[in-house]
Amino acid sequence: MFDLVWLLFAFPALGALIILFAGRWMSQKVVGWIASLAVVGSFVVSVLLWLGLLALPAEERSVTVHWWDWITIADFHAPAAVLIDPLSVVMAMVVTGVGALIHIYSIGYMDHEPRYQRYFFYLNFFILAMLTLVMSNNFLGMFVGWEGVGLASFLLIGFWFDKRDDLYGWYADCGKKAFIVNRVGDFGMILAMILVWSTLGTVVFTELNEAAHHLAPATATLICLLLLLGATGKSAQIPLYVWLPDAMAGPTPVSALIHAATMVTAGVYMIIRTNALWHLTVDAGLVTAWIGMLTALLAASIAIVQTDLKKILAYSTVSQLGFMIAAAGLAAYGAALFHLVTHAFFKALLFLAAGSVMHATHGVLDINRLGGLREKMPTTYRTFLVGAAALAGIPLLSGFFSKDAILVVELQKNLALYLVGVVTALLTAIYSFRAVFVTFHGQPRDQHLYDPVHESGPIMTVPLWILAALSIVGGVINLPFVLTLEHWLEPVIGEHEKIPLVLELLGITISIVVAVLGVLTARALYLTQEGWAKQLAQSFAILRRPAENKWWVDEIYDFLIVRPLKGLADWFAGFFDPKVIDGAVNGVGAALNDAGEAVRKLQNGAIPAYALSILVGVVAVLFYFLFFVG
Amino acid sequence: MALSIPYLLTIITFLPLAGAAIVTLVPGDGAKKWLALATTLVTFLVSLLLWTNWQDGYAGMQFVEDVVWFAPLGIRYALGVDGVSLFLVLLTTFLMPIAVFYSVLYVEHRVGAYMALMLLLETAMIGVFVALDLVLFFVFFEASLIPMYFLIGEWGGKNRVYAAVKFFLYTFAGSALMVVAILIVYFSTGTFDILALQKAQMPLAVQTWAFLAFSLAFAVKTPLFPFHTWLPDAHVQAPTAGSIILAGVLLKMGTYGFLRLAMPVFPQAAEQFGPLLATLAVIGILYGALVALMQKDIKSLVAYSSVAHLGYVMLGIVAMNAQGVSGSILQMVNHGLSTGALFLMVGLLYERRHTRMLDEFGGLWASVPVYTGLFLVVAMSSAGLPGLNGFVGEFTIMLGAYNYMPIFAVLAAAGVILAAWYLLTAFRKMAQGEITNPANDREHLKDLNGKELAMVIPLVILFFVIGLFPNLFFDKINPSVEAMLETRAAILQQATAEQTPAFELAEIIATEAQ
Repeated sequence: MFDLVWLLFAFPALGALIILFAGRWMSQKVVGWIASLAVVGSFVVSVLLWLGLLALPAEERSVTVHWWDWITIADFHAPAAVLIDPLSVVMAMVVTGVGALIHIYSIGYMDHEPRYQRYFFYLNFFILAMLTLVMSNNFLGMFVGWEGVGLASFLLIGFWFDKRDDLYGWYADCGKKAFIVNRVGDFGMILAMILVWSTLGTVVFTELNEAAHHLAPATATLICLLLLLGATGKSAQIPLYVWLPDAMAGPTPVSALIHAATMVTAGVYMIIRTNALWHLTVDAGLVTAWIGMLTALLAASIAIVQTDLKKILAYSTVSQLGFMIAAAGLAAYGAALFHLVTHAFFKALLFLAAGSVMHATHGVLDINRLGGLREKMPTTYRTFLVGAAALAGIPLLSGFFSKDAILVVELQKNLALYLVGVVTALLTAIYSFRAVFVTFHGQPRDQHLYDPVHESGPIMTVPLWILAALSIVGGVINLPFVLTLEHWLEPVIGEHEKIPLVLELLGITISIVVAVLGVLTARALYLTQEGWAKQLAQSFAILRRPAENKWWVDEIYDFLIVRPLKGLADWFAGFFDPKVIDGAVNGVGAALNDAGEAVRKLQNGAIPAYALSILVGVVAVLFYFLFFVG
Repeated sequence: MALSIPYLLTIITFLPLAGAAIVTLVPGDGAKKWLALATTLVTFLVSLLLWTNWQDGYAGMQFVEDVVWFAPLGIRYALGVDGVSLFLVLLTTFLMPIAVFYSVLYVEHRVGAYMALMLLLETAMIGVFVALDLVLFFVFFEASLIPMYFLIGEWGGKNRVYAAVKFFLYTFAGSALMVVAILIVYFSTGTFDILALQKAQMPLAVQTWAFLAFSLAFAVKTPLFPFHTWLPDAHVQAPTAGSIILAGVLLKMGTYGFLRLAMPVFPQAAEQFGPLLATLAVIGILYGALVALMQKDIKSLVAYSSVAHLGYVMLGIVAMNAQGVSGSILQMVNHGLSTGALFLMVGLLYERRHTRMLDEFGGLWASVPVYTGLFLVVAMSSAGLPGLNGFVGEFTIMLGAYNYMPIFAVLAAAGVILAAWYLLTAFRKMAQGEITNPANDREHLKDLNGKELAMVIPLVILFFVIGLFPNLFFDKINPSVEAMLETRAAILQQATAEQTPAFELAEIIATEAQ
């Protein structure tokens, strides 16, 4: 039955090909359903694979299906093969499950889009690439998917390539930025893969795990830091997170699928997948954890002052990815994957609900122009509320359990990280409910905008309900003390560290207090506008301006990296190459020409004649050698 | 070798020349065009026999022909292909029909001469890759110069004469050095047999001088930084088909020369100068990419991207390990296909708009989606997107470079970032954004037609075939590469064991001459 894994890839590949070659003769609905059914098909296959693994004893839950030898040179081998194990199956189910819902939602959301064939083609291509990323049994195969999803992301961010506005500039530039920034991360990935092969002699994950203990700790640290660079690109962490907020220029379902639920978690997945390397180095893990938590805090601080609903969600995604990366860095792989899964549910939900608002307001997501929408869009409101509550960590929702799982690990291992985590969690609760209150509660701020707003149709609301349900109950996959997911993952990540009961209970208590406090603060600040809340806001005013300007990170990069490089390139192209290098060449030529003045009589100015005489000369010399020498 | 077909290589090499002769004789431009196309197609089909009759796993030369040409000096008409050269021959025969078909559609000026020169060029290029005798190699190497010179000088752009002369004189100066090198080698060893030379022991001084002379000749051809400035001029001025062949095949004569001659024949000298060559290669990667980023003419951008790409090829060759060398050979093919395709795409746009300036375009994705989609695939292939051909070559080269000297792999990997930058910048200016010039809108700009697709699609299919099944190629490349590396290692070991005394060059030549 595991041989059927090719179907997992065949469905989206076939969907993409049909749309590419026959889509021009099909209506938007037909194209949309072909793409959606392809992903539903893949979802069914991934569930079957999961059931297949369940039927095996735990220690045998690692099945490699070898397709062909991809690259072989001497002792270097990279197969085209998939690894079906507890980790890859969970990822495949999330990707295809959430992916299928978002495909279906897109049929409604993109109903007025003239270039719908391209859209669904890209979407199917993305699923294919993402499955390649999570299913490949080796580094190089994973990298094919890794850059493939990057291409899909580039295409979809710049989907409206001829559009620009004040918020994003040219949408096409946002896509370009995403691809290039990710390539900086890929620089790290490439070097890590080279180092892995050079030191361990294999790029296959299962062989890597067995050979890893031969590695010197310093080498392992270096490899892991290079992998971390890759992860900061794809999973939008410091220093490479800057592309993700701009990626919101893409259609909102794309933001939900690629830039929230799936692609951006690839870095987290990759760290979990290569955990055998990370076990060898504490340093790299600690660096990773700090990068994750600082990103979480920084992004949360920006999210809290953004006024565009999608940008709030984007920074929130950066922040939540920070939690996952930190958990992975602290070797809490189960917690990292747990949060990855629940975040996929509730953040996809939030984006799709935001998309529903956007669909109704014809693209306006500025929360200063919204307000009071809960009357007109009850389903969107309720589902958004569920998503926000899960994000804020309201007890018993999925996000509560998964975020708490990470915080407890931090509490156990590193108190400083935990404090950052708690502050971030508080900010998270505040900005989540700020988004809810300002968008859906209160009075409409722009009556003109408000009046024609209506609830979206069932093709968009049904996926919302399903994701809302998953966001509520998603926690059951890994409840505290039961830890279903962590036990399921044991063949991949080894046994989890036991957390003392006292710490666990203390962590849960603090988490509850923080979440409630956050919601109340948001309510006071953005709904009831009580005096003390305003005062509180004013006392933090000094931080407001930097946060509103996103701490000027984009500007700093532009000043420190982009401009100097462009200046250098400009100097090369404008002066050094034509004047110095080519000048030297032409100078030599001119000098020879001057010398030629002496034999001017032989020059007649016709260039072909020179060429001909050279040819004649060469031939003559050859003939001389051939017939008259010896 | 029971599978061998007699005179197969001679037939493949000289079929185009015969075609050229007929092309000049038949009357009528139409007939000349289709005859030329038919010749290249037949040559391609015949060359496929090399693939189908290949003896897998055999490291040595196959389809060997060896006839004494000029006995007194031991000059032989010796041809053969192995894993190093097989795919360069096939690349040539594959790209030629595309370049000629493009010319069939778009060249109207002095058709007969044009087609004859193209066919002459094909013979010369194939000859370079199959010659096993140094003199024969040199004859073909030089013979390729002349048709390309005329193609640029007669059918090129505004500044064609300057570019053609520069191309000719620059590469010819390199060739002059090669004559010297060949003479040095001959007087030192008494043979022109390339395979024998690979096993010969030469004093270090001889090696050094000969290596430097060969290297300069090949460095100009490749072109290696800082000998590259003829290339943008030549490309910008050359007719499209000329650019396809120039980038696709002619430049590989330089890297092939390094791989077949300079590196294995002079192993000790090559080892000494390896770090220098690798440094130039890596400078080429980064510098070529940065200069490409600033170009306003798309052809010029692609030309500088060639400097960067051939930097990777050189790096893999200098590394002289299995991954580096096999990767380089595949990357030569990849560059030929990807850059050939880029020039083809630029040409197709030029035929429509009569400009190649990036500023003149914008928003093409809305008006000509098929063209733009294919352009993106070609650009991604050139940028080394995994799953397509370029990645396999670049990655294996970087593996080899790391195991040569890690710093080179680090710098080469940085080139991967820059490649995405300049290619996407070009794509952004050309295809994305709004249509600002009415000449680019749907009414005025036609998307690709069937004939044009017939040129682009085979290239795109090969991107995927090489990207997904590179072992179809490595299976044939690897044995020869490994054998070559073993021979080289043995020679090096022997040389260090014997501590070959370093004669002065003058002394040797003086004694030999007596």
